[in-house]
Amino acid sequence: MQLVLEFLALSFVQDVLKILFILLLFAMPLGTFMTLMERKWSAAVQDRIGPNRANIGSYRGRGLLHIAADALKSIFKEDLIPRGADKFLYTIAPFFSFMSAVAVFAIIPIAGPIGDFKFQVTDVQPGLLFIFAITSLGVYGAVLAGASSNSKFALFGGTRASAQMISYEVFLGLSLMGLFMVYGSTQVSIIVEGQGEHWFGLIPKWGVFTQPLGFVVFFTALIAETKRAPFDAPEGESEIVAGYFVEYSGMRWSSFMLAEYIAIVGVAALITTLFFGGYQVPWLYHWESAPQWLVTLLQFGKFTSFTFILCWFQIQIRWTVPKFRFDQTMALGWKKLLPVALLNTVVTAIIIVALA
Amino acid sequence: MREYLPILIMILVGIGLAGAFTAISILFGPKMSTEVKQTPFESGFLTQGTEGQRYDVKFFMTALVFLVFDVEVVFLYPWAVQIRELHWPGLIAALFFIGVLILGLVYDWKKGALEWE
Repeated sequence: MQLVLEFLALSFVQDVLKILFILLLFAMPLGTFMTLMERKWSAAVQDRIGPNRANIGSYRGRGLLHIAADALKSIFKEDLIPRGADKFLYTIAPFFSFMSAVAVFAIIPIAGPIGDFKFQVTDVQPGLLFIFAITSLGVYGAVLAGASSNSKFALFGGTRASAQMISYEVFLGLSLMGLFMVYGSTQVSIIVEGQGEHWFGLIPKWGVFTQPLGFVVFFTALIAETKRAPFDAPEGESEIVAGYFVEYSGMRWSSFMLAEYIAIVGVAALITTLFFGGYQVPWLYHWESAPQWLVTLLQFGKFTSFTFILCWFQIQIRWTVPKFRFDQTMALGWKKLLPVALLNTVVTAIIIVALA
Repeated sequence: MREYLPILIMILVGIGLAGAFTAISILFGPKMSTEVKQTPFESGFLTQGTEGQRYDVKFFMTALVFLVFDVEVVFLYPWAVQIRELHWPGLIAALFFIGVLILGLVYDWKKGALEWE
């Protein structure tokens, strides 16, 4: 027993356990569940029943078994590499997509700290700059897949994806400038800490209230980063079939798809953390005698439910906003979001300096 | 540097998972590759021409504009974090900097670098 406790106290062991928890019990299950939820909600929007046929005996589980059926199906699909493709680049392209989707969870706190123990894999000082760095690496997934497939459609998708993703990275960075000013740091724990305060003891000081414009630009830019509808010109099902991963099959294709769905969860978790107070439960400070375990549980519940709602919200956006043409995507970014983000930065700066 | 180790592990785990997926696919998938199956996708037609096409110069323009703006945004982060300490002198300097940034944007806009039609 003593030995087990000492083993658990090692910081390296804690790191590994945290990583395994957030990936295998949070990000991946939620991501795979999103594949079903997207189809179910799409069906609900279009007044259909949606997938409900996969079964074990007579058990159908409201379509839940489709997740297992999809996984099995792609495992036993033939693994094809098109003629003339660059085998090495073709193989490592999904790695980049998957890695950048997964690594976002490294700095997201899922509950408040207890003493020295943080419910966060690591709390690096650059914080969000790390997120920007890692989402930039995600571009390589699309570009390499597009360039190495030896297919015209893949190349179109890849070039479009690269142009769109690098463009929206600028607005991604600029939209958070105001948030950094308000909370005075790029470190995630400090930003979340700052959102625990209240105005007049009533309105929580969440990012969405202190930076409404920043929130809109950031959310839009993140959806464009993950190439989700309405910004899915790089994948454009109806014109270039699937864009940069048209040649992929089997589990290689699944890595791209799963990376996309994990990225949806990542986007939701990131927006919860930055703009909806993260794990901070509003008005909880009134209840001073709350036991620590209950507070932690409430914080985890609040974070998870907000993440889930934002995941659903992204699917709803897909069925609400019509798809943009590629030129419209770029025009929206450079001609509307960029000026708005710059204005937001300047106005926030002036207000903060005038009040300080 | 200790706190960066988990990030490295996380990246390795991500690559490892994707690598495992690829390995599973190679191991369990059937291998019945034919000449036709290996041809790149072309909407049901025979493949026409090669992939090595020229693409639009606008993509290069976007990359150039991105380079300028992304680097300038990086310069703004330290000021944003330290804004309360730097106060008015910092704000005036930053406004001048953002002004130059906006001039660049206006120039790009007028030159048609942002047009995609």
